[in-house]
Amino acid sequence: MPPRASVLLALPALLLAGLAALAWALASGETHADWSSVADALAGGTAFDAAVIRELRLPRAVAAYAGGGMLAVAGALMQVLLRNPLADPYVLGVSGGAAVGALGALSLGLSALSADACAFAGALAAMLLVFGLARGDGSWTQTRLLLTGVIVAAGCGAVVTLMLSMAHDARVHSMLFWLMGDASAAGRPWPALVLLALAVLACLPLARDLNVLARGALGARALGVAVERLRLVIYLLASLLTAVAVTMIGTVGFVGLIVPHLVRLAIGNDQRVLLPASALAGGALLVLADTAARLVLSPLQLPVGVLTALIGVPVFLFLLARHYR
Amino acid sequence: MTSSARDTPALLEAEALALRAGERWLCSQLALRLTAGECVVVLGPNGSGKTTLLHTLAGLREPGAGVVRLQGLAYRERSPRDNARLRALLPQIQVEQFSCSVLEATLVGRHPHVGRWSWESRTDLAIAHAALTRVGIDALAGRDILSLSGGERQRVAIAALLAQQPSLYLLDEPLNHLDLRFQIQVLELFRELARDGAGVVMVVHDINLAARYADQVVLLDGRGGVLAGRAREILQPGRLADAFGHPLIRAEVDGHTVFVPR
Repeated sequence: MPPRASVLLALPALLLAGLAALAWALASGETHADWSSVADALAGGTAFDAAVIRELRLPRAVAAYAGGGMLAVAGALMQVLLRNPLADPYVLGVSGGAAVGALGALSLGLSALSADACAFAGALAAMLLVFGLARGDGSWTQTRLLLTGVIVAAGCGAVVTLMLSMAHDARVHSMLFWLMGDASAAGRPWPALVLLALAVLACLPLARDLNVLARGALGARALGVAVERLRLVIYLLASLLTAVAVTMIGTVGFVGLIVPHLVRLAIGNDQRVLLPASALAGGALLVLADTAARLVLSPLQLPVGVLTALIGVPVFLFLLARHYR
Repeated sequence: MTSSARDTPALLEAEALALRAGERWLCSQLALRLTAGECVVVLGPNGSGKTTLLHTLAGLREPGAGVVRLQGLAYRERSPRDNARLRALLPQIQVEQFSCSVLEATLVGRHPHVGRWSWESRTDLAIAHAALTRVGIDALAGRDILSLSGGERQRVAIAALLAQQPSLYLLDEPLNHLDLRFQIQVLELFRELARDGAGVVMVVHDINLAARYADQVVLLDGRGGVLAGRAREILQPGRLADAFGHPLIRAEVDGHTVFVPR
């Protein structure tokens, strides 16, 4: 159905909200900058404030935006893939694999850069493991995929706990911070933003197929959807987005679960609008959360994952109660 | 079969069809030929393979042996999308996971007709509304599908099928969740579609409704045996009793043949 104008207006509105959130993130901090110094910094100014804004706040805000957007899109895709509204990007163990990789590197005292590399390798390893096990005999059922993913995630959780319990005291803090999700360490987030845009563009021609798939695999096949191939594509895409996001900002919780639901409540479940809107809303939300995490107990910085969880848990419980009433 | 029936091109044709579920053979050497305007009813006890047969006839499952042809071509000789414009499948009712409007759920039937980069047009919208009107629920077009009763959801699913505008309808228990009035309405609706040139294959549980609407019957016995032929030949108390494992008697009531468990 051609979307109502109000639905299409949601996209520019969310884009503006994201830009406003980014502006707030750049202006806020221990030293508050006014709008002219933000503009000056972006234009390449050389004042001390300008350097703080450009070198510290901007990469962090962009990382939060790209990461939030990627997690929200990955969550929306996982919910269709598993036909389960309570699925999130982490349910199939990608984040668990990343955590094992990152914490392994951190507990050995490796640099942040190699921790990132290990996190990404761990995420891909978990993705391939779940994929290989769930497809063992060529079938590809949602239940088997979900159970395999949950088991792999649980195994990763155990390994993470083991590493935390054995880690050197001095390193536990950085390991915990990574686990809670933290955008401050992100160095060069721009490629991630490009990846997010490309992923959303790649989803758009598949979006109506996803609408059909969300209503059941059998009916989708009867309607001419290549279900096996579609599932494979969205599994790989969602896992890749999750792996990149988790590597960049850690396992920030609840964004990938809550954002698609909030967007769905506002504009409905047409994936053609839902996926881009989720990307924009996820980005905006995580920038707001990350900025708030910097400000609430300033100069102490909270991991952004704590804040999203504090917002996410009640919203999730509300949705759960609403869905299964 | 008369020679004139043989000359009419078949809408759906199955030759030497054999089906298996795991190690168990559900049927073998099944031959079926459906021409436009006909209704085939599939009968059989629980677990005898009615749904498996329907999915195989829909080209969604490879047969254990034999071949299924839709308008003269095997399913793999056409793209899935082209197949979807020719035949539609009503699956057994599924649990809905995501909310969407009744109209959106109906428009899903237009999927094979809409280009990858296009949105549904005004024509598609009009077709969906007409389909909803035909099953009597256009008034619910704006409602959330999660708020509907089971019977209403079944009628939405049938509306989506109508919106697909296929030549062949494959229906898996289309009467589920429907009360008597709508059962008859739905059966009359498909009889009308058949009269207008469509073919219908449906799995139903009610032998008496089958007797009333079937031109042909496929009777599975759950032990690997299958009978297929004109309804009058297959619907015999002895054959039904053998397949269902319970004796039946036949009676005529007001010109309708009815079967009653003894």
